[in-house]
Amino acid sequence: MGGSAVLQFLQLAINGTAIGCIYALVALGFVLIYKATEVVNFAQGELMMLGAFFGYTFVSIWGAPYWLGMVGAVAATALFGALLERVVLRPMVGQPQFALVMLTIGVGFLARSAATMVPGWGTGTHAIATPFSDDAIVLAGAGDGRLVVSPIYLAVIVATLLLVALLALFFRFTRYGVAMQAVSQNQLAAYYMGIPVKTVFMGIWGLSAGVAAVAGLLLAPITLVEASMGFIGLKAFPAAVLGGFGSLPGAVAGGLIIGIIEALAGFYLPAGFKDVAAYIVLLLVLLLMPQGLFGRVARKKV
Amino acid sequence: MRFLFKTRYEHDIRLFKHGGAVFWYGLLLAALLLAPWLLDSYYVGQLTQVMIFALAGLGLMVLTGYTGLVSLGHAAFFGIGAYTEAVLLERGLPFPLPLLAAAGVAAGAGVLIGRPTLRLAGLYLAIATFAFALIVEEVLARWESVTRGNNGLPVPASRLAGLDLSQGRPFYYLTAAVLVLVVLGLLNLLRSPTGRALIAIRDSEIAAQSMGVRLSRYKTTAFALSAGITGCAGALFAHKLGFLSPESFTVLQSLELLVLVVVGGLGSLHGAIYGALFVVALPQGIAIARDHLPDAITSQPGLEPLLFGLILILFILFEPYGIYGRWLKVKFYFQLFPVYKRATFKRQKTYTRSERLR
Amino acid sequence: MSLLTVEHLSVKFGGIQAVDDVSFRVEPGEVLSIIGPNGAGKTTVFNLISRIYDPTGGRIAFDGQDITAVAPHAVAGLGIARTFQNIELFDNATVLQNLLLGRHVHRRVNLWQELLFTPAVRRQEVAHREQAERVIDLLELQHHRDTLVHNLPYGARKVVEVARALCTEPKLLLMDEPSSGLNVEETEDMAFWIEDIKKQLGVTVIMVEHDMKLVSEVSDRVLVLNNGRVLAEGGVREMQSDPRVIEAYFGK
Repeated sequence: MGGSAVLQFLQLAINGTAIGCIYALVALGFVLIYKATEVVNFAQGELMMLGAFFGYTFVSIWGAPYWLGMVGAVAATALFGALLERVVLRPMVGQPQFALVMLTIGVGFLARSAATMVPGWGTGTHAIATPFSDDAIVLAGAGDGRLVVSPIYLAVIVATLLLVALLALFFRFTRYGVAMQAVSQNQLAAYYMGIPVKTVFMGIWGLSAGVAAVAGLLLAPITLVEASMGFIGLKAFPAAVLGGFGSLPGAVAGGLIIGIIEALAGFYLPAGFKDVAAYIVLLLVLLLMPQGLFGRVARKKV
Repeated sequence: MRFLFKTRYEHDIRLFKHGGAVFWYGLLLAALLLAPWLLDSYYVGQLTQVMIFALAGLGLMVLTGYTGLVSLGHAAFFGIGAYTEAVLLERGLPFPLPLLAAAGVAAGAGVLIGRPTLRLAGLYLAIATFAFALIVEEVLARWESVTRGNNGLPVPASRLAGLDLSQGRPFYYLTAAVLVLVVLGLLNLLRSPTGRALIAIRDSEIAAQSMGVRLSRYKTTAFALSAGITGCAGALFAHKLGFLSPESFTVLQSLELLVLVVVGGLGSLHGAIYGALFVVALPQGIAIARDHLPDAITSQPGLEPLLFGLILILFILFEPYGIYGRWLKVKFYFQLFPVYKRATFKRQKTYTRSERLR
Repeated sequence: MSLLTVEHLSVKFGGIQAVDDVSFRVEPGEVLSIIGPNGAGKTTVFNLISRIYDPTGGRIAFDGQDITAVAPHAVAGLGIARTFQNIELFDNATVLQNLLLGRHVHRRVNLWQELLFTPAVRRQEVAHREQAERVIDLLELQHHRDTLVHNLPYGARKVVEVARALCTEPKLLLMDEPSSGLNVEETEDMAFWIEDIKKQLGVTVIMVEHDMKLVSEVSDRVLVLNNGRVLAEGGVREMQSDPRVIEAYFGK
C-alpha cells in the first residue's frame, strides 16, 4: 500500500536524522579543528567517548543530578581537549600535517586503551540513567500506520538544533567566536591583530571537545557507553567530506545526510550495505565532487 | 670518519657503497640463513612474523614513504592477498601460483583505488583509502560463497614436491627469500628513474611534472607496486594465521601498518624492518615484563594498544625520523665525535606554510 | 620560423582577467626578458606556456607544433624547461638526484628492466650522470653534488633549479625571476651563466625579471606586461625610455 511505504520512508528518515545529528556534531567538532589548525583529529571519536564516560561517572557513579552531570561532563571534556592541545599539540606547531595526523592517531589509541584501564569504566558497557521515558511519541497516524519518534531521538534532534544555533551565534557575535574565525582564516594576520593565536587554538580544541562530549552524551542512551564507542566517530569523515571539508554548516548537513542515507540503506538495500553506505558516499563525493556541497577548491600558486 | 672517494660513475650507482657495508650485510644474510638451525622453533616463528610485517611495511613504505601518498587502508591489500592465497590453494592451485596471484590481485586492487583518486590531495587521498579499506573489509565479510565470511576460512598448506612450505623452517626460508627479492627489487627501483620520479612526486608534484614525470602513470605504478608487495605479505600471513577471518584485516591493522612505517623511519627501506621489529617485539616485551611487574598492570588487555599509542606519540614528538633516523643520528654522532654539535638536527618551524595548497 | 609563438593568449581566474590577449614571438637563440610591475601576469604567462594552467583563449605554438592543449608533463619532452619563482626543488634529495630527475625525459628503460637493474639500465644511469656532470661543470656545483637540497643556502638552490632545468636538454628555458633573493655577486654569476646557456648550449631563454641591470646585460629583446596586457616590446634601451613603461612602473 502506497501510504505505508511513504510512512516507512518517513520513519526511516526520522530515525536517520537522529543518528545523523550525532554524526553532525562529531563532524562539526572535527571540522572546527581542521579549519583553524589544519589538523585532522583522528581522536575526535575518542573525545566523544570520554564525554560519555564522564557523564556516566558523574551521574551513575557519583550520583549527581542528570543535568548537572551532563554539564559537568561537557566541561570536563572541554578542559581535556584544551589540555590535550596545550600539552601534546602545541609543541608540534609548524610541523607537517602528516606528523600531526599521526599524533592524533596515537592519542586515539592511547585514549581508547586508557579508558579500559580506569577503575569503574573497564571494557564493559554501561548505561546512564536518563530522565527520558521509553514510550514512543506518536507524530502522526494511528494503529499500525503510525509515525513515531522515541523521546531520546527527539532529544537528540532538539539538542543538536539548539547547539548548532548557539554556535552560529557564538561565531558571529561574540569576540571569542570572531577571533576563532580570524585564526581559522589567516594565522599571521590574526597575530598582527593582537589575537593570542595559541590561546585561541586551545579554545578551539576545548570547544570542539565540548561539542564531541555533547554528541557522546546524546549517543549514550542509544548505544550505551563503552570504550570502543569512538569508532562511530569515523563517520565524521564521510560527513565532513560530503559537506566540504572547511565548512561548518557543511559538516552539519553532511552528518544529517549520511545518517538518513544509512537508515534508508539499512532497510532498502541488502545486508551489509548499511555499514558501508557512508563510505561509498564518501568515495563517490571524492571522485565526483571533491569540494563537497559547500566547499571550495583551492589551487597552489607557483 | 669515513670518506667515500668516488672515481667512477659505478661507485655512485652500486648498491654497497663501501667494503664495510658489504661485510655487515653479508653477516646479516649469513645470520638470516643460519637462524632456523640455531634458534628454537618459537623464535624462528617470531622471526618469520617480523619478516612478514617487514614485507607489508615495505609495501606501504613505497607508497607513503617514497611517493608521499598516505594510505590509511593498507590492511585491505594485506587481506586481499591473504584471502586470494587461501582461496586459490583451496581450489588446488600449486605453489607458487597462489602467491603470485595474491600479489597480482592485490596490485589490481591498488590500481582500482589508485587510478580514480589520482587528483586527490594528500588528506583526501588518505580518507579515500580509509573508506576503501572499510568497504573491502565488508566485502570480505559478506562474500560468503568465496570467503566464508565471518565463519572463517581455513588456509590449506602450500606444498612443493611434497614439502610443506607453510610451516617451520621451509616457511621461514620462503618468507626470507621473498623479502630479500623484494628488497633487492626496491633498491634497484630507487636507483633508477622510476624511483627518483616517485620521490619527486612526494617532494613537489608541480616540479616533477615540469620535468616530464606523468603523475598519473607513476602514482598508479606506486599504488600497484605497493599493494602487490603488501598483498604478497598477506598471502604469507595467511599461512601464519592458518585460519582467516575479516576481523584480522580491519582499520586497526591499517593504522598499525602506518605506525610501523612511521616509528621505523619513514622514507627508508630500513624503516620497514625496524618498524616490523618494533611491532612484533612489543607484545613480546609485555609478556616478558609480566614476570617482573605487578599483575594489575600487565594483565590489562588494553596495555598493548596503550603502549603502542604512547610510543607513537613519543616518536612523533621527539624523533620524527623514526628508529632508523635515530640510528643514523647516533652513527653520525660517533663519526663526528668529538665535534658533533647538539643543534645539528634541530627542527625548523614554519608558521605560515599551509598544506591546503601543496 | 619562430621557436615560440604566443597568439592572443588569455586566462581568467574567477572574475580576474590575469592575462589578456597577449601575443609575442621568440626567435631561436635569443634571450627575451618579460618585465612589468607586480601582478602584471608574467609568471601566469609562464604557467600557461608550461601548461600548468589552461588558457581561456588564444594559442601557443612551439617549434612548429600547437601545444595549447598538451598535457603538463609532456612539455618537458617537447623541449621546454622552466625554473620556478619560489623554488620547487626536491628538498629531501641530493643535488645530484635533483639533476638526475632533470634527465627523466631521456628515460629509455621500462619498469621491469629497472626492477632487475639490467645492464641497459646501468648504461643509461652512467649516461645520465655524464650529462649531469656537464651541467654541474657549467654551473660550478661540484662541491654541492651530494648535499641534500634542504641544507643548501638560497643562492645555491636557485642555481640548482637552473641546473636541473638544463639537464632536460631543452630548446627553450623559462626562467622565473632568476636573480630574486640573490646578492650582487650571485646575480653577476647568473648573468654569465645565462650568456653561457645562450652561447655555449644554444638554448633560447625567456626570463621574467625585475633586476634591470641583469635585464640590460643579457637580453636581446624586452617584452613589457602590465595588467595582463602587452604594453610594449622592443630593445632594452627603447623600453627603458618608453614613457608608457615608465608610467606603468612609477605612475605619472
